[in-house]
Amino acid sequence: MSGACGANHQRVKLVVVTAGLTVPSSTRLLADRLTSAVTAQVAADVTVVELRDLAVDIANHLVAGFPSPTLAAALAAVGDADGVIATTPIFSASYSGLFKSFFDLFEELPKPVLIAATGGTPRHSLALEHALRPLFTYLHAIVAPTSVYAASADWADPDLAHRIARAAGELAELMDRHPAVTQPAETVIPFEQQLAALRQKP
Amino acid sequence: MQFGIFSVGDVTADPTTGVTPSEHERIKAMVTIALKAEEVGLDVFATGEHHNPPFVPSSPTTMLGYIAARTERLILSTATTLITTNDPVKIAEDFAMLQHLADGRVDLMMGRGNTGPVYPWFGKDIRQGIPLAIENYALLHELWRNDVVDWEGRFRTPLQSFTSTPRPLDDVPPFVWHGSIRSPEIAEQAAYYGDGFFANHIFWPKEHFMRLIALYRERFAHYGHGTAEQAYVGLGGQVFIRPSSQDAVREFRPYFDNAPVYGHGPSLEEFTEQTPLTVGSPQQVIDRTLSFREHFGDYQRQLFLMDHAGLPLKTVLEQLDHLGEIVPVLRKEFAALRAPGVSDAPTHESMKRAKVSA
Repeated sequence: MSGACGANHQRVKLVVVTAGLTVPSSTRLLADRLTSAVTAQVAADVTVVELRDLAVDIANHLVAGFPSPTLAAALAAVGDADGVIATTPIFSASYSGLFKSFFDLFEELPKPVLIAATGGTPRHSLALEHALRPLFTYLHAIVAPTSVYAASADWADPDLAHRIARAAGELAELMDRHPAVTQPAETVIPFEQQLAALRQKP
Repeated sequence: MQFGIFSVGDVTADPTTGVTPSEHERIKAMVTIALKAEEVGLDVFATGEHHNPPFVPSSPTTMLGYIAARTERLILSTATTLITTNDPVKIAEDFAMLQHLADGRVDLMMGRGNTGPVYPWFGKDIRQGIPLAIENYALLHELWRNDVVDWEGRFRTPLQSFTSTPRPLDDVPPFVWHGSIRSPEIAEQAAYYGDGFFANHIFWPKEHFMRLIALYRERFAHYGHGTAEQAYVGLGGQVFIRPSSQDAVREFRPYFDNAPVYGHGPSLEEFTEQTPLTVGSPQQVIDRTLSFREHFGDYQRQLFLMDHAGLPLKTVLEQLDHLGEIVPVLRKEFAALRAPGVSDAPTHESMKRAKVSA
């Protein structure tokens, strides 16, 4: 497969969302590895969104109904991205609550997304398939077929690098095949048309 | 320009004392607040309409009729009347009756309502919210303008040779505002009819409402009702006033922190920065309110939310005294800034004059 590195392509906007809670965080480490693997294949402007820094803003948005300026900037970055790398620790058999709360703030996310997660044991790896993949499918994302899970032991396993490279290649290709579409400005259906639609028999 | 207050009618415990008023006390308090609004020189009192606790005003025209009997000047309005779940025929009848009793001091604000279960309780489907608002209002508009109506629609039983009584006072239907916090379709609807558009922007940042109001103004002109600047815009506002801003902040903070709509979220400081909420001295409230004009253009109606979040009646009445002192300044300042050609919000008298001269 080729195309991701087409010479006529502009730089893509890649946004990396990471929900790791510790500093340093293995979730962030996985996100960085994936980012490097993607940018090795496609010229990208990278923005990293650390959800830990936005935790209070995210909760406030859920309560008040509008974002703080800092959170608004992060939401806009994800909304405008050509592709997203979404990484979370696995808590209680699923994405972390913070990760879910952040993505709950989007009505849709119709763009390529690479999903990845970290956990203490390999037994949680299918949370990617059972929790993250349906979440992003619901948001109309185009989810890369390969998801990347890193348990503690994987950091010593060369297979992790292979999976990272494969997933990164898929995201690069998806970004090439599905360039971001600029949403048209808010359009309004003329009132006569709205009224006429109601007057037709259902 | 018209100034007034609008009430949600929530029964909320006072977080500083733990005291919750009874429904009876709250209903009587709303009436006292409305009478006070007239006493301190405000123009409008508007009540919400709700069909679930902890809100008391389920029957707006009953309350407004009682207030009408005890006031002389005050315009009685709603914020909002549920155009989705009420029968438009009953709205036409109730508000025409109120208009006669109040000698024309009546207008109303249409809204869809955002409480999911109210739709099924009244036999409606929330997914049809916009179509319901459009069809029901089209019927209401017709009922007030045609003596005999034959009508068939999607959501209501058909009408043959129906006359809504009483007819509007002097054959002048009440002026209608359309309230919306997010739907461009409603801005379009208000523009189509040449009605007013009310943006209750008190809980959200202004940028969103600037787009909605710009759309309404543009479409108002498109439909030939006047220039964009002549469109009828109303805005919400939320203030807490004390002579010193430190006292205002200290006193209001527990009410803010525990308020049903936004409590336990952003801080008072963050919220006042991002929304129109102003907690401070009379001058701060004057400056902030005048700034609305810079974002939304010259506008015709300013309604403040003053009695919510468990504020005791005594405090609300003191707040209205402060507001009564501020409003004459706002009237003067707004009038001085107003562009030529911008008209006042229609009243019964102005619409009656326009009808006679037409």
